[in-house]
Amino acid sequence: MPELGRAALALCLGLALYALVAGAYAAKTRRRRLARSAQNALLAAFGATGVASIVLLAALLRNDFSFTYVAEHTSRELPTAYTISAFWGGQEGSLLLWLLILTGFSAAAVALSRRTAADLLTWVVPVLGLVAAFFAFMLVVVSSPFDTQLATADGAGLNPSLQNPYMMIHPPCLYLGYVGLTIPFAFAMGALLARRTDELWIVATRRWTLFAWTALGVGQLLGSHWAYVEVGWGGYYAWDPVENAALMPWLAATAFLHSVMIQEKRGMLKVWNVLLVVLAFCLALFGTFLTRSGVVSSIHSFTQSPLGPWFLGFIGGITGGALILIFTRLPLLRSKTRMESLVSREATFLYNNLLLVALCLTILWGVAFPILSEAVHGEQITVSSPYYNFFLRVFGLPLLVLMAIGPLVAWRRASLRSLGRSFAWPAGLALVVGAVLLVLGAGSSWIGLVAYTFCAFVLASIGYEFVRGTRARRALAGGSWIGAFVELVGRNRRRYGGYIVHAAIVLLAIGIVGSSAYDTVRERTLAPGQSLAISHYVVKYDQLVRRNGPNATEFRAILDVKKNGSSVGTLESGKNSYRAEQQVSNEVGIRSDPLTGEDLYVITDQINKNGTIAFKIFVKPLVNLIWISGLVFLIGSLVALWPSAAEQRRLAARYHELRALARA
Amino acid sequence: MTALAFGIGALLAVTCVVFVALPFIREPDPAEDRLDEPGALERRALELAEERDRALSALKELEFDHRTGKVSDEDYRELVGPLRARVAEALRALEPQAQSTEEERVHAAG
Repeated sequence: MPELGRAALALCLGLALYALVAGAYAAKTRRRRLARSAQNALLAAFGATGVASIVLLAALLRNDFSFTYVAEHTSRELPTAYTISAFWGGQEGSLLLWLLILTGFSAAAVALSRRTAADLLTWVVPVLGLVAAFFAFMLVVVSSPFDTQLATADGAGLNPSLQNPYMMIHPPCLYLGYVGLTIPFAFAMGALLARRTDELWIVATRRWTLFAWTALGVGQLLGSHWAYVEVGWGGYYAWDPVENAALMPWLAATAFLHSVMIQEKRGMLKVWNVLLVVLAFCLALFGTFLTRSGVVSSIHSFTQSPLGPWFLGFIGGITGGALILIFTRLPLLRSKTRMESLVSREATFLYNNLLLVALCLTILWGVAFPILSEAVHGEQITVSSPYYNFFLRVFGLPLLVLMAIGPLVAWRRASLRSLGRSFAWPAGLALVVGAVLLVLGAGSSWIGLVAYTFCAFVLASIGYEFVRGTRARRALAGGSWIGAFVELVGRNRRRYGGYIVHAAIVLLAIGIVGSSAYDTVRERTLAPGQSLAISHYVVKYDQLVRRNGPNATEFRAILDVKKNGSSVGTLESGKNSYRAEQQVSNEVGIRSDPLTGEDLYVITDQINKNGTIAFKIFVKPLVNLIWISGLVFLIGSLVALWPSAAEQRRLAARYHELRALARA
Repeated sequence: MTALAFGIGALLAVTCVVFVALPFIREPDPAEDRLDEPGALERRALELAEERDRALSALKELEFDHRTGKVSDEDYRELVGPLRARVAEALRALEPQAQSTEEERVHAAG
């Protein structure tokens, strides 16, 4: 069936090109049927990509090693779940996933916007067609998943690091985010091409942006947890270029989600918002380029490939084209209103934007510098963690303060008196928390102490906002406190969903600071029966066992763990030796304390022939708050994403007036 | 297998082509094949509707912030006047649009 896969992709390329050319011609000449036909081409492209995807999935499940891709990424022993995840475990498959999601999102955007944003959609279709055509071209011409070979008896297997349950969900989740950013980009470009600089494109893409941003955020946290439990180096984020590749568009999208509110509330920052959408989309493309081109040495760039020049050319073309378009539309994008005060909600959003974009560009420089230095001087200079950690503190700590200040400041302008009244409780509480932490010994890391004080400030200000809001709502409508609280959140889901997301970021910060600034690590080679004391734990190496797993031989050190003198059970840590892949992976042992959020984390560094084992053991306080923050983040995002009937009515009324006028 | 692949591929291609051509098949000779395009009047109306919504939302937000204590009485008194004026101005600005539309409709009807 490889012929069917190739034919489906070629068809998808033709349909995407048709959507691009016919769509642009129809938009330019205002031809209704042709525009509709171009929209249908995008819907059909999804169908064609779906068929290609089914062909590849079927080949994977049937262990059809006449497909080069299947032979290179699976084996007969590979468990079925990982055989399915091999779909995106390699370069060609992951590009096919990109195209599948892109055409799926494009089809959904066409279907959802046909009635609400018909005239804008006319110009959106060719933009979506352009992006889809690029990815279809890559799959048809440069990197096909349907290349064939003489069928081998067995395949090479899947990279052991990818044989982890997180690989079932982490890459698709990230791709939902990367690809999801295409939709706001296409609508922003469509609005500029149509010379529509009103808010319609923002209204049409609000949930798309939020969805993509949520998927990117959750995807990154899942990836961090995968690195923590699978890669086995003792951390969860290594500032690896490919990890940064997902962080950068998320930061740009975060900035956009804040600044777009200024455009909605005050009609300002139109140019800035379009620039941020372009930046987020180009960084999403850059992220795919980094992951798939093999241009940087990274544990995630599993292959060296010929994709690089194509991707760079496309990113350059998209960036250049978008900037020229924005430049030509500058007169239409001028704002009529100005910021009234530097002490206002919109001003704090602006400061937050500057910090987020500065952090994003700093990371971009850290990622690009080794590539540029290699291109210019022929030697690759690695930009490592101290660079990123420094700038994370420089920009991250003020961002925490702004997260605390923002909710307390009113729109337009705020007097010092009202500011003082709003700040008194949260700031006072934060100072008390800081003092208590200092007494408890948190001063061993001044940066940790400052970060925790700021975190307390944010949580206090969020709590204060909820309390004040609920009280005011109850005074207005009466009823119970719970009813008033539910009504408060229901009436402004974006605001209060945003506050929940802020709380998630604080939990994340607490977890990161606790596990990095206050962690303990010890390394020692132990013989069976020997112990190692670390923090309030004593870890005794009992014995080494060997057993056969489904596709690997597992070596496990059995460890007895005591905490504060009492036994808390055993822990297993070891290595897997994968038979088909001929590779060895670290399988760390983790004991989590659900009450304190602390982890005891054991790496089996080296298993010696004489039965001794070199262990590296960490105690990571509060690290589990990082994963809990993911759940809170998701809840906050869902609250913000949930449609509000009142808002729908307001928007329908606004655009109904326009339609009524058009009919008149 | 190749014949089956060819058959499915051909069916897929034909289905896609028919689906893409559907707007032309359904309406081979339409009376009107122009896309609706918002004229200057409609764009202005939309701009005014956005301005009205912004002003109303700002007023609502100010009222609530005042109730929660985020905005002091003095700040509230200072801000509420211009905001109410903006709302009134936006509503007034939309009225002539509606009136002129009404007039145009009457004239068009002859």
